[in-house]
Amino acid sequence: MIGVIDYGIGNMFSLSNALKYLNIEFVTISDPASLDSVDALILPGVGAFAEGMRNLNRTGMISALRGSKKPLLGICLGMQLLFEESEEFELTKGLGLIPGRIIKITGSVKIPHMGWNQLIIHQDSIITTNISNGSFVYFVHSYKAITSEKHVIATADYESDIVSIVQNGNIYGTQFHPEKSGATGLNILKSFVGGVNC
Amino acid sequence: MLAKRIIPCLDVKDGRVVKGINFINITDAGDPVQCAEEYNNLGADEIVFLDITASHEKRDTICDIVAKTAERVFIPLTVGGGVRSVDDMRKILRSGADKVSVNTSALSNPSLISQCADTFGSQCVVLAVDVKRVAPNTYHAFINGGRIDTGIDAISWIEKAERLGAGEILLTSMDRDGTKEGFDLELTKIVCDMCKIPVIASGGCGSLSHFKDVFDIACADAALAASLFHYGELTIAEVKNYLSDFNIPIRRLN
Repeated sequence: MIGVIDYGIGNMFSLSNALKYLNIEFVTISDPASLDSVDALILPGVGAFAEGMRNLNRTGMISALRGSKKPLLGICLGMQLLFEESEEFELTKGLGLIPGRIIKITGSVKIPHMGWNQLIIHQDSIITTNISNGSFVYFVHSYKAITSEKHVIATADYESDIVSIVQNGNIYGTQFHPEKSGATGLNILKSFVGGVNC
Repeated sequence: MLAKRIIPCLDVKDGRVVKGINFINITDAGDPVQCAEEYNNLGADEIVFLDITASHEKRDTICDIVAKTAERVFIPLTVGGGVRSVDDMRKILRSGADKVSVNTSALSNPSLISQCADTFGSQCVVLAVDVKRVAPNTYHAFINGGRIDTGIDAISWIEKAERLGAGEILLTSMDRDGTKEGFDLELTKIVCDMCKIPVIASGGCGSLSHFKDVFDIACADAALAASLFHYGELTIAEVKNYLSDFNIPIRRLN
């Protein structure tokens, strides 16, 4: 059973629709007590980093997630929250489950980085088993992660490298929206759930 | 590299897909949910539903269509037409849309853009603007399907909308819409050069080379077409294969 963390930020509909379509059993959870009843977690999210952390804090989820040993997939803002800190608006501490930080995308490119970009896969991971190098996925974001190479599964090229899939043990993150990335995205969700044996 | 997007637009009236040439003659062309699913399978990068339902009472129909589509189609969905308030936008987003476009109401109430951007984030807010050339180098924003000149300078309006928090521009040339003579490259280029946010070019597409030109010459981020795709004159795959031959980055289905 998958637990989708609802902390009142961004819409849950697309992710719910995708999980339903894939016949993946899930519940939405918004309090730490419910963490025990699920095998793995998905942390979605759209919006600002500081607001995301505030909302997680309000629901008591921060320490629960830091202490949880369960496989976790962060999506978009959910991925960014996995890192140690972000410079969006004001320096804000994140969950610290993956070493690294979130910085503004720079260069002569349009911001947000919005649309379909190609994954350059650098190393194997459970969640990329059913997709090929060069697959397109859908991004919408203005900030990006900076982390050690060993955590980077895939990047995308947007003048600079955009860290697109990260992993640290059983903590995973995608900067793009798998639930909006057609068949490729659905395969990633399926691989995460299959790979962590739920 | 970021792919240039190819977007079919489904004009929806009372729950059915229609497309009028120059927005005047309207013919029935099918079920919007099935059309969206088919376009997704054929490689569309995004789907736009434009709700042209006249009566306000029937406007919830579009939310049902979006909800049904979002259960089966896992690419971005944009919905526009008659959005007047933050609540209108909330309803559509809650049905499963990813972005909502505002047009007429934003012209009379520009703060609608900032209110929606503050509430849902700029990435959800698309400014749709119907533009006609009224004199050399002078473009006005039109409403009512191109019938009424607001007298507002379209270029300054777009600039203001970006400042207010719009996340994307859906730029329709009313001079070209339905003509199949090609996108208005001059207008599109002016807007693309000015904007830091993505621009979707719309109106006038009739052949493969028109897509190439709007990306190569006018630097658009996305191209939108309706009847061309609805009536099977071109398929999305044909457009993408063609663009690929010219090294224009497009998304391939794997």
